[in-house]
Amino acid sequence: MSSKKKKNLTPTQQQYQQIAKSKEPKRPILLNSIKAFLVGGLICVIGQAIKMGFIHYFEFTEETAGNPTIAVLIFISTLLTSFGVYDYIAQWAGAGTAVPVTGFANTVTSAALEHRTEGFVLGVGGNMFKIAGPVIVFGVFSAFVVAIIKLTIEALGGI
Amino acid sequence: MDKFIWAFIIGGAICVIGQLLMDGLKLTPAHTMCTFVVTGAVLGGLGLYEPFIKFAGAGASVPISSFGYSLVKGALQEAEKTGIVGVLTGIFEVTSAGISAAIIFGFISSLFFRPKG
Repeated sequence: MSSKKKKNLTPTQQQYQQIAKSKEPKRPILLNSIKAFLVGGLICVIGQAIKMGFIHYFEFTEETAGNPTIAVLIFISTLLTSFGVYDYIAQWAGAGTAVPVTGFANTVTSAALEHRTEGFVLGVGGNMFKIAGPVIVFGVFSAFVVAIIKLTIEALGGI
Repeated sequence: MDKFIWAFIIGGAICVIGQLLMDGLKLTPAHTMCTFVVTGAVLGGLGLYEPFIKFAGAGASVPISSFGYSLVKGALQEAEKTGIVGVLTGIFEVTSAGISAAIIFGFISSLFFRPKG
């Protein structure tokens, strides 16, 4: 909590905040990091295997194989999310499953499933990008800014 | 074989950075993902992400940061062909596979499955 917010609290509230903070379970950062490393690394190894498969068995190059690889990973992630397996792994792995692109697909699918009862248009359609939306918004906006800056620099003769 | 080892190490290391952001700075997964995407876009603009993918393979292209890089790449590719308007028309060019796949599979899944646990 920011210090600005703290000022507006009564002493009792501040005391409560302190107690609540001391009772908060400590996050085992090292253990979590090891788990994230193992699972995240493993997902990337699977990705590498799929990528090599695309290069060997289909006519893809090192450059173009990236996109179909991501599509396959997303398919696998969607399937695992649908069966409730992905969230089970995610609970153990933390960022190991959130940072790879499979985590992106997981947020889309789980939001779609969760809001299904609200109907297909407003429930599934409206909530699908609840968590993935910000990722796309910030990605697109930052990409736009970066591209414009780069083009401007190039137009001015480069650095 | 080398490729697999580097994919494992680099991919794992990126996830550790994510875990540290989540645990250390107490960011939500959504904030973490946004941070990575923006970082990827900036690195892509600086021309650093491409050699990174060459070196680490899927270790660099599977984490969500490559999404930001791909957006920049698409925008710049198209801008080369059609000028400044290409930034708008090309931004989703490379990432189309990922976003379309997520929407299509996600929707199909919502037709056939109920939420678990």
